Amino acid sequence: MKRLIAFAAAPVLAIAVFSAAAGADPIADRQALMKDQGKAVGSLAPIAKGEKPFDAAAVLAALSKLNEDAQKIDPAALFPAGTETGGETTASPKIWEDNAGFTAAVNKYKADAAAAAAAKPQDLASFKLAFAQVSQNCGACHQTYRIKKN
Amino acid sequence: MIRKLLLLVIVAALGGAAGFWFLSAPSRVDPARLAAAAPGDAGRGERVFWAGGCASCHAAPGASGDARLVLAGGHELVTPFGTFVTPNISPSAKGIGSWSFEDLANAMLAGVSPDGRHYYPAFPYTSYARMQVQDIADLYAYLKTLPPSDNVAADHRLRFPYSVRRGLGLWKRLYLSSDPVLTVAGASDAIKRGQYLVEGPGHCGECHTPRNAIGGVDKSRWLAGAKAPEGKGVVPNITGGEGGIGSWSEKDIAYALESGFTPDFDSLGGSMTDVVLNMAHLEPADRAAIAAYLKAIPAHPRGFAAP
Repeated sequence: MKRLIAFAAAPVLAIAVFSAAAGADPIADRQALMKDQGKAVGSLAPIAKGEKPFDAAAVLAALSKLNEDAQKIDPAALFPAGTETGGETTASPKIWEDNAGFTAAVNKYKADAAAAAAAKPQDLASFKLAFAQVSQNCGACHQTYRIKKN
Repeated sequence: MIRKLLLLVIVAALGGAAGFWFLSAPSRVDPARLAAAAPGDAGRGERVFWAGGCASCHAAPGASGDARLVLAGGHELVTPFGTFVTPNISPSAKGIGSWSFEDLANAMLAGVSPDGRHYYPAFPYTSYARMQVQDIADLYAYLKTLPPSDNVAADHRLRFPYSVRRGLGLWKRLYLSSDPVLTVAGASDAIKRGQYLVEGPGHCGECHTPRNAIGGVDKSRWLAGAKAPEGKGVVPNITGGEGGIGSWSEKDIAYALESGFTPDFDSLGGSMTDVVLNMAHLEPADRAAIAAYLKAIPAHPRGFAAP
């Protein structure tokens, strides 16, 4: 009987060990990454809105942070098969139905985020332009690949 | 005896059919009301166009930038009633190039086509019915300036009984009204303007308010959020109730409509992405007016089952 339980438990244990080794909980990871980008955007938006004065150093720091986070979005690692549901995910099934389209959207965002950081905007006008270019990716991707749940 | 009974059944059926035909007849807008409108102003009409969100459904699927001004149709709305396909409303022979202003007004205010058929309320005339006739005259002038398209959109693919267009006449008797949804006591001019934009052209309630089994909007839970009309997910509560926007300031709401960013810098997604593209074209005062109205309306609990 004991042996039977051990036998039955082995694969479960193996999966548990394996996923711990892989680092993981892709749903939690991708949610944390999205939140982190929200923070970077949150420090930039008031400047774009004109509520806070333009500060080249602060802008560059936030744009660099945003770019760093953007480059961490690895569709295969963060949105693997099997994470379509669970953990309060709001990922749309379209991510898996049209994975090529999703990957293309992520790559566009990465390119725009890199360009915005590389531009090192020195005045408000050029910053607003760079910010608009990169932030339109948020809505564009969420339009198709995210669903609301609450 | 049996013959008499049969006769009675036939008479009753005929009576029922006649009653259905009578009650379901399309009724148009009073021509005197339309005649009062001044000639349309395309410049003002552009504002109406963005407030009304025409491009969200009538631009070709996936169109961006100036291509959103080509109202070729073909966008599919997959709903529990079946699939609605939006028509071409560009100024061409395949679109609505031959329409008069009266045709457009009857479509938008009464949901009746030029040839006298009911439109399905996937076309939100239930909201547009609250619009001012002059705004439609201006919109008419603006639509004439847009690029033509020769696209022919597919037919709707609906389930029975929704496929019986005439039946909409009965539905309209229940759910089509030009009256305001609610009364805001002591409303400022901004709130009144916001009420007009939200309840009329903006047609926010079409997605943000729950519907009953036959698709009637539940006005007692106005803007409380609902299951997404198509596909998965939900449309959020935009009253001050649970899961709603009670903690947002008017500025937050106006900025979200302009930029797509929520106060915690998440970005609005789904169909709201297109709405933001439209709202970004409005005057800042109009976005502020929408915000003022949303803060003034009654709070409701979520209009959909808790997540």
